[in-house]
Amino acid sequence: MSTEAAKRPGLAVWLPLGLFAGFLVLVMVGLYWPADREVSSAFIGKPLPAFDLPPAADDRPGLATAQFKEGGKPRLLNIFASWCVPCKVEAPQLAALAQQGVEIDGVAIRDRREDVAGFLAQYGNPFKRIGKDDLSQVQLAIGSSGVPETFVVDSKGIIRYQHIGDIRAEDVPMILRKLAEAE
Amino acid sequence: MIAELGLAMLWMAAALAVLQLAAGVLALRPATAQLAGVVRPVAMLQGVLVAFAFAALVWLFLSTDLSVKLVASNSHSAKPFIFKLAGTWGNHEGSMLMWVTIMSLAGGFVALIEKRLKEETLIATLAGQAFVSLGFYAFLLLASNPFERLPEPAPEGLGLNPLLQDVGLAFHPPTLYVGYVGLSIAFSFAIGALITRDVGPAFARAMRPWVLGAWIFLTLGITAGSYWAYYTLGWGGWWFWDPVENASLMPWLAATALLHSCSVLAARNALRTWTVMLGVIAFSMSMVGTFLVRSGILTSVHAFAVDPTRGSFILGLLAIYIGGALLLFALRASTVTEGARFAVLSRESALVFNNVMLCGILGIVLIGTLYPLLTEAMGVKVSVGPPYFNPVSAVFAIPMMLVMAVGPVLRWREDTGGRITWQVAIPALVTAAALLVVELLFAPINLLPALGLAIAPGLAVASVQPLVGRNLRRTPLPIYGMVIGHLGIAVALFGMANEGAFSTERLAAMNPGDSQQVGPFKVTLQDIGPIAGPNWTALEATVSASYAGGTATVLRPQARTFANPPGNRTESALLTRWNGQLYAVLGEEGEDGRWQMRFWWKPFVPMIWYGGMLVALGGLLALLGRVARDVKRLVAIDKIAWRRERQGR
Repeated sequence: MSTEAAKRPGLAVWLPLGLFAGFLVLVMVGLYWPADREVSSAFIGKPLPAFDLPPAADDRPGLATAQFKEGGKPRLLNIFASWCVPCKVEAPQLAALAQQGVEIDGVAIRDRREDVAGFLAQYGNPFKRIGKDDLSQVQLAIGSSGVPETFVVDSKGIIRYQHIGDIRAEDVPMILRKLAEAE
Repeated sequence: MIAELGLAMLWMAAALAVLQLAAGVLALRPATAQLAGVVRPVAMLQGVLVAFAFAALVWLFLSTDLSVKLVASNSHSAKPFIFKLAGTWGNHEGSMLMWVTIMSLAGGFVALIEKRLKEETLIATLAGQAFVSLGFYAFLLLASNPFERLPEPAPEGLGLNPLLQDVGLAFHPPTLYVGYVGLSIAFSFAIGALITRDVGPAFARAMRPWVLGAWIFLTLGITAGSYWAYYTLGWGGWWFWDPVENASLMPWLAATALLHSCSVLAARNALRTWTVMLGVIAFSMSMVGTFLVRSGILTSVHAFAVDPTRGSFILGLLAIYIGGALLLFALRASTVTEGARFAVLSRESALVFNNVMLCGILGIVLIGTLYPLLTEAMGVKVSVGPPYFNPVSAVFAIPMMLVMAVGPVLRWREDTGGRITWQVAIPALVTAAALLVVELLFAPINLLPALGLAIAPGLAVASVQPLVGRNLRRTPLPIYGMVIGHLGIAVALFGMANEGAFSTERLAAMNPGDSQQVGPFKVTLQDIGPIAGPNWTALEATVSASYAGGTATVLRPQARTFANPPGNRTESALLTRWNGQLYAVLGEEGEDGRWQMRFWWKPFVPMIWYGGMLVALGGLLALLGRVARDVKRLVAIDKIAWRRERQGR
């Protein structure tokens, strides 16, 4: 059992300095040539993930990915919840869109059937179909981080646009334009 | 007047730091060795001057002197006393002054008491400390003067960010700073030892109390920060792998590794280069963390002090100190002779394994934190979150905790498997039994929480084993420290695993009078009404909660609105029982008059923070034990010196 054996560590001792130099280069790039920080959805242009949700209301069917691929016009997919205040603010705009012939499907997030029924009775029901997403699984799978959010989905089931937050009255023309672009 | 006085002291202290550095460097040459006598007194005087400068800034904040720019932009005359005080360091300039103050006081303290090291190594250490401080002095005096006056005094201050007006947060930054700065002392010791090629047990013993102290404060700072995020942000989570949280975790991981390798070096004179390297890395991580937070290079909820020019300044300091130290390491490491050898089955080996695993976790946290930056440079935006951090860190943490259960009962140098059969078998059986119970009674549970629930009891049993067969009254304090620290890890792990496995959440729109079931609790919203605080108004919900049909307890979650500066903050309400916490958040009001309420039942979640506090307590006991021994030794040395002096006369 020798104690003070001399051994040359060799190149390994330069490794920390090399790693540190790499770190410096990286943060200098990040600091002086910052990339665009705006977060846009990574899901635009991608097909809807596969899901099949049970109905959230008695008078509407549930919602499945297959239904988006049946052709026809582009549709809106609205993520909402009865407990969500901006969703109530958004209701008149959805009603207006539905009145202009836009087909809207809904996904109710972390909700209960009786609460959804109360919500639809009070604020109107613009939806053709409403799926019930109790664990936010579908919401997360399509890259939505809050309620309400609205997606424009074309006739092949491809996501074409994502609107984050409630649709204001002034947003309606833009939504209609996005729907037209998705034709 | 006070402001000018403070600034003058700061300049004088900076000048003394220059003197300390110059005298220290010159004293290492034989021709000018007589300068060595200057270094210690200068270090002490420098500490005193900066302390006065910091006291001046505190005074300005407490008296709300609105002719000072920093006070006017960060304070308000109507703020409660405690937040006026906390306002001193709740901003960039003040926090940098606090950093320098703690650093210089610590340097002065080293100069005052350190007697074990070779004088030469100590002088090199103090020169290193002065070199590090100088960068921060330059930063303060040239780029962020806290004492700057306004041309005209402001009529009223702008106030403090509402998120920061919280008692927990008032003491969270100083706690972390003490930790970071303690590591700067360890860094200076490492530099000093590298310069004089004096890496040995004396160096480890001199450095250890500083590492321990820093580590205790980092542990407390992280624990408090986690609890603050848990109850203030209203998201119900206790750790988010946010860049700033990672920035505080990385120095802790490095310090934990350093602490253990210090023990090996002090006791067995092994792991020399490794310990020196960790000394450099631990402080590097503090600086990298500070840089990531302050430069705004990573977007984060904490980025209240974002400014690219400051980022450049800190980056410059980082490049000089860390680059310099690593260069010195590369040049000198090959001349530091290898320490004592040890067998594969020995306490040293267990500690080496623990070190490697800790560094592994450190590495994956660093990579995860920087990864978005790397992909952004290539034009792809990603965010890295719990799905990466949780499983990947567990890959290192789980083997580490298994070895942690065995390491303390192993002997130094060499051990035999037969001697410790029972000490290994008992915790292993406990863990196996716990895993069986979890799988039979509570399945399905995710893998990581299930493993946590199984390992925690085994680790708890294993951590008290070093006390078995000892005379408890004669067991040294550091042993108790180790036992309690390891037990704290088991307790925290139990809390984390329970939170992960058994939390329940309930979101609901409620009218007064409505009830909801949340886990074992029945909660009823009774009333909602306005309430006024010192500098805020709030809506307060009165919620009664009864556990499994028992008597009701009242919770009062609030939604607070601050006027100066304007802002909102949710104030969640917590009901703590021995077996968990009920967490209530008041949301917004709907048009139909119903209120958005959010509830969580989190079984055993407080154990996460109790565990953190136990870990810190373990550190404190170890520190007290070490310091008590050092003091005894110092007194003995002084006595001998005094006797010699008398005889010499």
